[in-house]
Amino acid sequence: MKKRKFLLTAFIVAVTVTGGIIYAADHLDSPAVSNQTTDITDVYVFRGQNTSNLVFVANTQGLLSPSASSMAMFDEKTLIEFNIDNNGDNVEDLVIQAIAKNGKMKVYGPYKPVSTGTKSVISPSAFSVQADITVYGQAAKIGEENGIKVFAGPRDDPFFFDLGQYQKIIGGTASGFNNPGTDTFKGTNVMSIVIEVPKSLLGSTNTINVWAESKKAIN
Amino acid sequence: MKLRTGLSVLMASAVILFTACNKENTPPTQAVYEMGDQMARPAINTVFVGSSEKDVFNTTIPSAMGAAFAAKFKARLLALNAGYTTNALGQNADQFTGLLATDVLNVSKTAPTTFFDGTNILTGRALADDVIDVELLLLFGGPTGGSNPGLTSDHVSENDKAFLASFPYLATPH
Repeated sequence: MKKRKFLLTAFIVAVTVTGGIIYAADHLDSPAVSNQTTDITDVYVFRGQNTSNLVFVANTQGLLSPSASSMAMFDEKTLIEFNIDNNGDNVEDLVIQAIAKNGKMKVYGPYKPVSTGTKSVISPSAFSVQADITVYGQAAKIGEENGIKVFAGPRDDPFFFDLGQYQKIIGGTASGFNNPGTDTFKGTNVMSIVIEVPKSLLGSTNTINVWAESKKAIN
Repeated sequence: MKLRTGLSVLMASAVILFTACNKENTPPTQAVYEMGDQMARPAINTVFVGSSEKDVFNTTIPSAMGAAFAAKFKARLLALNAGYTTNALGQNADQFTGLLATDVLNVSKTAPTTFFDGTNILTGRALADDVIDVELLLLFGGPTGGSNPGLTSDHVSENDKAFLASFPYLATPH
């Protein structure tokens, strides 16, 4: 009995230590860059030019200058996942997953995920479409298969906000916004993933709830 | 009999051990991805989540967000606007922060998709939507939208580049 307990304790210690090392290693690996690739700056969902479709946009790696944009990359270990709840309980019933691989953005779904929550796997059989990742300065490369379109690459950041003045107001050094304001995001780019999907693939309800997640490979 | 059971247990254990070792030496065939960041409605994390809690918020699944964050969002709302009564949607502080604390983007598959276009409310988010002004108006504008006029618009009403009518819709990079 004592021995088993000891073994169990040793096992837990081993797992904890190993986990700790993995965690530390991840953070030693150029923290600034690894944080940026998982940073989602904005999410958009809107009707496509064909109004039978919905367009899902996830922007990542905000405030890129033109020169930084030419070097920005998607991380092959970061999964970008749109979560779709179609019965109002705020739990994902469908996911659309996008991940970079060898210069292409690969899209899986929409499909019912293997499990819900903070951990995800990719079901290879759910593959739907891919596109070459567009290189800065080149025309947009668009992939289309199975009625689903994908684009991935640098784009102008569509967000506009006088964030600088907002921070002054919050910080107590200004009492209100200026008119006209100053767009903090003017002239900056993001790394975008744009996916257009027929509404018919998103369930039968009239409303859905959507959120985007970035998930990092842990094995 | 006892010995034979003992032996077969031993052999079974050996097989399990061998399988376990073998598995450890095989590279993982299916990667597991763990939550790093999440978002839905614009600027919610920026406005409502304290810096010490941003990581917790980002790893709390939406179905658990309301219970975990509604009270904190309400406190934050009243810290930003002590005079808050209701907003232009008629929501009191509990109703407004209760809605926002569950950070999902509500999207209609039938109506025009917009954060707010004067008619449709929270039916999606289009690229040109002035989402910050909508949020500022609901935070500071009071029941008529007329309160705190210096805080209800940042006076940046459009993007610096025109959007495209067709896929991929976002403008080319600078």
